[in-house]
Amino acid sequence: MTTMSVRRRAGTPGTLRRDRRDWKGWAFIAPFALVFLAMTVVPIVYAIYLSLFRDQLVGGNSFVGLQNYLDVLSDAKFWSGMWRVAIFLVIQVPIMLILSLIAALALDSLRLYAVGFYRIMLFLPYAVPGVVAALIWGFMYGTQFGLAANINDFLGSQVLQPLTLRWILVSIGNIVVWEFMGYNMLIFYSALKVIPAELYEAAEIDGAGSWRTIFSIKIPGIRGAIVIATMFSVIGSFQLFNEPQLLQGLAPNAVSTYFTPNMYAYNLSFAGQQFNYAAAVAIVMGVITAVIAYVVQVRGTRQENR
Amino acid sequence: MASESTGAAFTRRGFLGLGAAAAATTMLAACSGGSGGSAASDDDIEKAMKKGGSITWWTWTPQAKKQLAAFEKAYPKVKVKLRNVGSGGTQYTKLSNAIKAGSGAPDVAQIEYFALPQFVLAKSLVELSDFGFGSLKKLYANGTWDSVNVNGGLYGLPQDYGPMAYFYNKTVYDKYGISVPTTWDEFVAAAKKLHAANPKLYLLNDAGDPGFTTSMIWQAGGRPFKVDGTTVTVDLQDSGTKKWTSTWDQLVEGKLLNQTTAWTDAWYAQLGNGEIASVVTGSWMPGILETSVAQASGQWRVAPIPTYDGTPANAANGGSSHAVLKQGKNQTLAAGFLKWLCANTTSTRIFREQGGFPSTKSDLSASAWLSDAPAYFGGQKINKVLADASDSVLSGWQYLPYQQYANSVYSDAMSASYSNNTSLNPGLQAWQKAIVSYGNKQGFKVTGK
Repeated sequence: MTTMSVRRRAGTPGTLRRDRRDWKGWAFIAPFALVFLAMTVVPIVYAIYLSLFRDQLVGGNSFVGLQNYLDVLSDAKFWSGMWRVAIFLVIQVPIMLILSLIAALALDSLRLYAVGFYRIMLFLPYAVPGVVAALIWGFMYGTQFGLAANINDFLGSQVLQPLTLRWILVSIGNIVVWEFMGYNMLIFYSALKVIPAELYEAAEIDGAGSWRTIFSIKIPGIRGAIVIATMFSVIGSFQLFNEPQLLQGLAPNAVSTYFTPNMYAYNLSFAGQQFNYAAAVAIVMGVITAVIAYVVQVRGTRQENR
Repeated sequence: MASESTGAAFTRRGFLGLGAAAAATTMLAACSGGSGGSAASDDDIEKAMKKGGSITWWTWTPQAKKQLAAFEKAYPKVKVKLRNVGSGGTQYTKLSNAIKAGSGAPDVAQIEYFALPQFVLAKSLVELSDFGFGSLKKLYANGTWDSVNVNGGLYGLPQDYGPMAYFYNKTVYDKYGISVPTTWDEFVAAAKKLHAANPKLYLLNDAGDPGFTTSMIWQAGGRPFKVDGTTVTVDLQDSGTKKWTSTWDQLVEGKLLNQTTAWTDAWYAQLGNGEIASVVTGSWMPGILETSVAQASGQWRVAPIPTYDGTPANAANGGSSHAVLKQGKNQTLAAGFLKWLCANTTSTRIFREQGGFPSTKSDLSASAWLSDAPAYFGGQKINKVLADASDSVLSGWQYLPYQQYANSVYSDAMSASYSNNTSLNPGLQAWQKAIVSYGNKQGFKVTGK
């Protein structure tokens, strides 16, 4: 590369040289660019294109401009789903991340026997496909024959009603914590492993205890990992779909067709044939998620740099 | 979801109503009337069948394989590719997508009666009177023929039928001294009695099911959906609907209904252990009880469903037709296959013998079938009861041209009523609002009363 450009620099006018080098660079990223174009850019552009039309059962297809977007913005169902995932995010994400952090710190404390065993056990739920996880939990939540039924029988009252309107969000949160705690734990744990040992030695010499070490060295040391995990969790919450969609089959009265924005988009297109409107919902969702993830990132990084 | 589960149920039963009394050849001869014009005659169909070709058929009926084997024996040159792409809603989604994509749809497809108008409206189906199928009317039970005629055109042939019937667990009834109710008032009283005697037991399960609700409104004389082309009137406050809700509110508000979601494992288990003592549903239910609730063999019986005044009145719940898709290349051949499938006596007999509930008069009155006394039902001649049930189905019911969508959002509207044990009426009002708003967005002229 170097020799080639040197040679060219000697013989060719500047502009031409630059053009040719640019072209070569594109060739190198072409495999990525093609896949990126086909799998990411084209679907998004197509979704935007779709969202500008309205295809009716009676009257056929027509261009409606931004009407679908205006409808989404004033759609109570869309906002109720959005509001639900926002509540979910604000409560479930901190609980999950704190549990993950505690688990990672415990594994890193060197006070546990069989660290490898605990690590793999905590991580294992993540290896279970989300669909299977939701089915397993759906079965356990059953108040007729599931685990919930056994507990209720034991207590002699119907105290556990996980699949009812009132408790369903908690039940889903529980599944998501179970699924993703191990994953986040692993992110934290690997970040803890790369904190330089000198810091611990220095802290020990200064007489810092375990708590002091945790709050002054370990947690600040993995701040970057925490920001990343938070971002993933925020995006995951907004995309909540598998768990409510599967539980809906068991409890249609507790999970509506617009329970989360993603479920709403799915049901609009597959039950209602409203592909255009669903595309608009998906795009509005995507934009909101991107903005929130960006804010989390900027805030997190700023604190890190402070 | 509820509607999908219902669809799954239909799968197991699979009713084709076919069977005409006449032998295939007789029938072909008899139907030469046709509706003129450029229509294909019976001769054309027979020629196409003799010439042969290849068509695709989507269905989820368990009887399909055996019927197809018989068909291929009769017409060895016609190759039919049988595909089960899912039942009910799953299949309709795939079908709609294939139609929208412009390729990939089958030549012949199973479509439940309630879903037929939606496909007619999308101009996806072939009008069958062009093939002279109008004259097949006399073969089918009342009600099924109405269901395949949409907006004045014939768009399918009836396969099976789902007149409602009352299935009950006699062991539980005997143990608690419950007699089979003949009116809904008696039913409510019996529900109270059973649940009071043993709080774990319920006379009926209902967690809100659109197919069941519409059938119950139908039986009560309600006609909430009036469809004339693309003009639709929705009135879920009409007197028949009110008649049903005033009975059902007593059960919902009195917490007398088991609310396990139907068609789930837990539901089947409770049908088996007696915690749910009755089921009010289509006549296709016996096959499902026998296979999915095998442990209760000998306990269940069948009766006509209760009515409001004691005189027989019934509605249908479920049932399917088969239709020819416009996308198909060889529509004459597809129509020939459809006619054999739904009107040939060999085909309808196989369907009936394999546990389907027939829609054809000749099969409904076949003595071998009527005298069938399965051990599962304690030797009761259940088909006699079910055939009688098909006679009293009230006429004039219409489904929405987008019933599948309406059913998919039913639970959204009704969940509060069922979850909080409160009156169903606010839920039905919310459902009506959703139905009206969707219809107008889709270009219909929908008015809600």
